[in-house]
Amino acid sequence: MYVAVKGGEAAISNAHRLLADRRRGDRSLPAIGIEQIVAQLGLAVDRVMAEASLYDRALAALAIRQSRGDMIEAIFILRAYRTTLPRFGYSLPVETGAMLIERRVSATYKDLPGGQLLGPTFDYTHRLLDPSLLGDEAIDAGLEREEGGEPIMRVSDILAGEGLVEDDGSLPDGHVAGDITREPLEFPMARDLRLQALARGDEGFLLALGYSTQRGYARTHPFVGEVRIGEVEVELDMPELGFAVSLGRIQVTECQMIAQFKGSAKNPPQFTRGYGLVFGQSERKAMAMSLVDRALRAEEFGEDIVAPAQDEEFVISHSDNVQATGFVEHLKLPHYVDFQAELDLVRRMRREYEAAQNVGTELPEAAE
Amino acid sequence: MASIQKTADAAAKGAAADRQTAMGVLAKASRVELQAAFDALDNKPAVQPVRGPETGLVMVRGRIGGGGAPFNLGETTVSRASIRLDDGTVGHGQALGTDGAKARLAAIFDALFQQPAHKAAAATLLDAVTARVAKEDAEKARQTAATRVDFFTMVRGED
Repeated sequence: MYVAVKGGEAAISNAHRLLADRRRGDRSLPAIGIEQIVAQLGLAVDRVMAEASLYDRALAALAIRQSRGDMIEAIFILRAYRTTLPRFGYSLPVETGAMLIERRVSATYKDLPGGQLLGPTFDYTHRLLDPSLLGDEAIDAGLEREEGGEPIMRVSDILAGEGLVEDDGSLPDGHVAGDITREPLEFPMARDLRLQALARGDEGFLLALGYSTQRGYARTHPFVGEVRIGEVEVELDMPELGFAVSLGRIQVTECQMIAQFKGSAKNPPQFTRGYGLVFGQSERKAMAMSLVDRALRAEEFGEDIVAPAQDEEFVISHSDNVQATGFVEHLKLPHYVDFQAELDLVRRMRREYEAAQNVGTELPEAAE
Repeated sequence: MASIQKTADAAAKGAAADRQTAMGVLAKASRVELQAAFDALDNKPAVQPVRGPETGLVMVRGRIGGGGAPFNLGETTVSRASIRLDDGTVGHGQALGTDGAKARLAAIFDALFQQPAHKAAAATLLDAVTARVAKEDAEKARQTAATRVDFFTMVRGED
């Protein structure tokens, strides 16, 4: 029996008004602006864009402000917003090889064409709180140096030149890239669908899984062939014009993880690869994604599936934090009728238990 | 006759390539740049809306491993508009983001770029935007270059 209960409208309305009040906080302080969030909390904005799977800095900043900085709430809001917009089409694949690079490091080659470009990184900082940021001291602009104009070659291409690494990753001829926003998840899934799911997967979840592979739960002996961050052109085919048009640029982070060898009767031993590509500047996520991508290819390489990170259904089904938070958080919503049924059940079991106990205790008394 | 046809084809191809480049530049223009250029036009064209402005989504694709099979990375907001000038020239504007007014202005300049009478004014705007973007890119590249690691080898021991 389903019983509809009404009530709580006033309480809900007042709660939302209180939420707005607390969100604004101390009125003697200036309100934080969307431009300020974009400019000064840029990596939070990037995370919301990546996991909402919607690239729009201003909207992501609005979501962060609306959610009071609750990242998963912000991701949820932005993910929900995308469902209100029509889909214009699919872009041409972005060319990460032609990226306008802001950062590029390789852990496999010290000297490589284009060099090690640290860019705006937290690496090598001492992770000490900086009291100068309590105030608003003037900050110097970045130094400049003439660049050599040397092409920044992809590390995978350097290794491919020697034939020591597998190719970029092809799918059978005629394979059309799947889209998890249009079709329900089905297992097993092709690598393109997995990468789409991982690209919007929760950073913490993928980080933990990537870490687990390093600690021995499906070890792959990975090296960061390359991490690169920068801007790529987004181009859309215009059928009415007969050519593709650039819509502007987006920032992405790409990780090429080089993992241990695989040879076969047909192919000599060579390095295998995991791939990570994420919206915005999000190196930790791109690295974790590439580790998990590689681990999930276990079956392709004939590896034993022994660890969580290799279990496609487990990883992909639980990587989306919007789904996860929806199901976990729904537990706090009214379950009064469900619980009443459970309560009746446990009371009945208790009566039966106590009846059995009484029988048990009466017998020894009788014997005395 | 055949060679005339060929020349005409080549010219059409060249015009399409020019327009393709111009539309890419217009997508990178800011609304302020577009509005200022429009305000500076001597004889403002009559503009009829054809479609939009409207905001929607484009699914951005990547490639596995950077160069392999395509996969869907995630969506981006895109705004687009199409307009018609009084002589029938149709212009299309499209750019990342939710700014429909910018897309409409871009569509107007796409149409003006196709009109001999206005091509020069449109080209002035395009050159200015191209120069601004190139300057910003070059500055960023020089800042990145300053963070390039120059390795040196420590010599240990004597001689």
